Parts: sequence; structure tokens; C-alpha cells
Amino acid sequence: MNKIITRMGDGFPVESSEKELIQDIEDGTLDAAERAKIPPLSDDEQKHLFEICKSACKISGVEKGCEVIMSYDGGTNKVGRLGINTGRLQVLQLYERCFGADTTELSDLDYSFKQVKHIIRENVPLMEQAQLLMVAPVFYGAMPNIGLYTQPDGPVPNPAELLPQGKIKEAREAYEGAIEHAVRDMVYVATSQCEAGADGINFDTVGASGDPDFKATLLAVETLKKQYPDICVEVGMAGEFVLGMHGEMTHNGVRLAGLYPHKQVKIAQDAGVDIFGPAINTVSSRSIPWNVARAITFTKACVEAAEIPVHANMGMGVGGLPLCTTPPIDTVSMASKAIVEITRLDGL
Amino acid sequence: MTSGMGGMRTSGDLVARMQMTKGMKIKAAKKFVAAKLGVAVNELTDAAVMGELREDLKIGGVYSSMGSPKGIEAKHHIADLLGIEINSLKRFRHNTR
Repeated sequence: MNKIITRMGDGFPVESSEKELIQDIEDGTLDAAERAKIPPLSDDEQKHLFEICKSACKISGVEKGCEVIMSYDGGTNKVGRLGINTGRLQVLQLYERCFGADTTELSDLDYSFKQVKHIIRENVPLMEQAQLLMVAPVFYGAMPNIGLYTQPDGPVPNPAELLPQGKIKEAREAYEGAIEHAVRDMVYVATSQCEAGADGINFDTVGASGDPDFKATLLAVETLKKQYPDICVEVGMAGEFVLGMHGEMTHNGVRLAGLYPHKQVKIAQDAGVDIFGPAINTVSSRSIPWNVARAITFTKACVEAAEIPVHANMGMGVGGLPLCTTPPIDTVSMASKAIVEITRLDGL
Repeated sequence: MTSGMGGMRTSGDLVARMQMTKGMKIKAAKKFVAAKLGVAVNELTDAAVMGELREDLKIGGVYSSMGSPKGIEAKHHIADLLGIEINSLKRFRHNTR
């Protein structure tokens, strides 16, 4: 039987037999199905995924006509991160004219709403200029990152210090205080960017600080959409599962801790979110076919539950891609083909 | 590049705008844009077809050709073509009154 070259979740190549590859796909889909209590991939879907995963091609691609929309997080940070000295307006143009980006995103290196609030007067004129310059839609994006509101960086007591002391009630109150600050900052920054002409606001890496982080974002989205009903709001998650850092936090009667993507999207769309981005974490010690099968299973359930467009997060360490800084193109293109063709989502 | 629509090289920015402004899923957004452009859905990602069509419709292209509408000028034509409001155009009209 032919050996297939595949990769591990950390990006390194490994040899696998067809039998091992088939088993990895089955194990990956079952892992997601058991965790989220959703259906695993069907036999036909697993076979289709196997055919995609065993490809020896350097690049894979979706069938013509199956292409989807590409949206980006941290858009204008990423060229600078490569050490290429460009201004952010030039980066937006690179995305639009060189990379064929369907949408673009203006963002700051310190990618959190709390941090960018202080420099909004520098950012608003930049968005205004970007809108004169650009044809493709321009989002403004940042993270809720409510960990920044806890001491010593922020004003509220630090739950990570209170919890080990057994001060659970105080820790929960601290998170509730952090939410108030975070909502105010997110609405302030997003409102300023809407006034500057932004086509949309991207709340990215939502839930990185657990259920309070998700709650703050939902409240900010609701407030923003009341004021700007026509503005596009995209929410991209931090992980496949909302961590219960508070544990009892609810939104419209739904407990947020423990929600998987197919339930996250429902609560997001009810809050007014226009595009939802599920993020499925890569397990670096398992193979890429295992991770891709798992990511597709979570994402497929999310797409089926969604009434709004779904743009799955695919990048370093999410969406079945390797947890490394330079993901190999064979794996990136293979995984994106697989997730698009099997889940029928709306974008990446 | 292997899964995306191609942005302004083709019609990706237009399809994205229908997702963003009308909440259309990908199939509905592509069908809507194709009808507005008078092309088949499969032609939406054909850079050869779309390059000429974008120039004819004055909706911007990757080549910054002489005299062609750019930036907000092209977005003015996109808003008319798709029948949508674009936030920055509202602001532009407000500031040029």
C-alpha cells in the first residue's frame, strides 16, 4: 500500500499509510462529535476528505465555482510582522491589489480595543483616507481582551489572584466590572470607526478570556447595532469552546460557558452579528487529517445552525492548520479546500 | 488564492458586500451579483471576463489605468450597480455638500 506524506499538527511531515489516514479522519470527526454532541461526518464526507488529504500535490484548490469570501483578522499587522516597512494604507492596497483579498482590515499592532482607544484620533483619519483609497470593503478590527481590565494592567481586581484564595464571589464581581469597562471601550472605538466610514467592525479572538469576554462582545454588538443597524459586524472566536472563567454568565438566558460553535453562532446572530467566525483549535500532537476532520465536523454543524454567513478561522493553529509560524502551503490549501467543499460555508 | 474569490481581480469584493450588507449566504450572494453583472455564476471568478467587465462598469480593477475611476469613485458605481448603501459614500456626500 502506498505511503502518504502528511503532517502533524506542529507542521512537521510524517509518513502515513492509507489505513492510518482513514483511521485518523474517523477519530478526528468522532472526537468533535462526542465533545459537541453533533453528528460526525458521513461515510461519503470522510471518503471525500480522504481523497483530498492523500493528494501529493503541492497546492490543492476548490472546484471552480465553489470559491468563498476571504475576510482577515489583524489585516494591516501582518506585513509589518514580516519586517517589511510599509504604512498601513499601503498594506491595505497590497491586500486589495496584490493578494486578491475580498475584504480588508485596518488594525493596530496592539490589537485590543482597550489599547486602541487612546490612539483613536490617529486611527480615525487613517480609516477616512483608506475609504477614499480603497474599493474592497475595509473593516476595523481588534480584540475585546478583557484580561487587560484586571490589575495590574487595568482597574478591576484580578480574578486569577482571587480564585486561588477561594474568593469566587469576588472574582465573579471582578469579571462583571471588567465587562462594563470593555463594553464602553469597544462601543467607543467601533462608533468612531463607523463615523469614519468603516464598512464593518471585526471583533476578533472573542472569548479569549472566557465567558466574560464573549458576554462583553455580545453586549457591545447589541449597542453598536442599535446605533448603526447597517454596519457589518463580524465576530471571530478564540477557540472551539467558551471557557467558563466566570462560569455562571448568561446571555438572554443561555449559559455561555461550554458553548460550542453551533450554539455560539445562534447567540451571536441574535445579538446582531452579521458574519460569524468559528475557531477550532489545532492539537499539535495529532495529525493534520485528524485535525482537519475535527475542524470540519465542528464547522459543518455551525454552518447548518447559522442563518448568517459563516467565515471559519483558518490560520496558524486553528481550522486544522499547523501550529507554526509558516504553515506549509500544501496543508493550508488542502485544509481550505476540504473545509469549503464539505461544510459549504460562506468564507474563510 | 486556492479557495478565495479573488477580490477586485474578479468579483470577490462585490460578493463580500452582499454578505456584509444583506446577510446573504455565499450562493445567494453570488447569484445576486452575477445577475447584476449579467454573467454566469462561474464567470464571477474568471479574471479575464471580470477584468474587462469591471473596466466597462467603472467599478475599479487591480490595474490603476489612466482616467479610470478609483477608490471612492469606483465605490459610487458599485453602490449603484448593487443597489446598496456604502457607509463611506454617505460620509463623502455629507462632507461634499
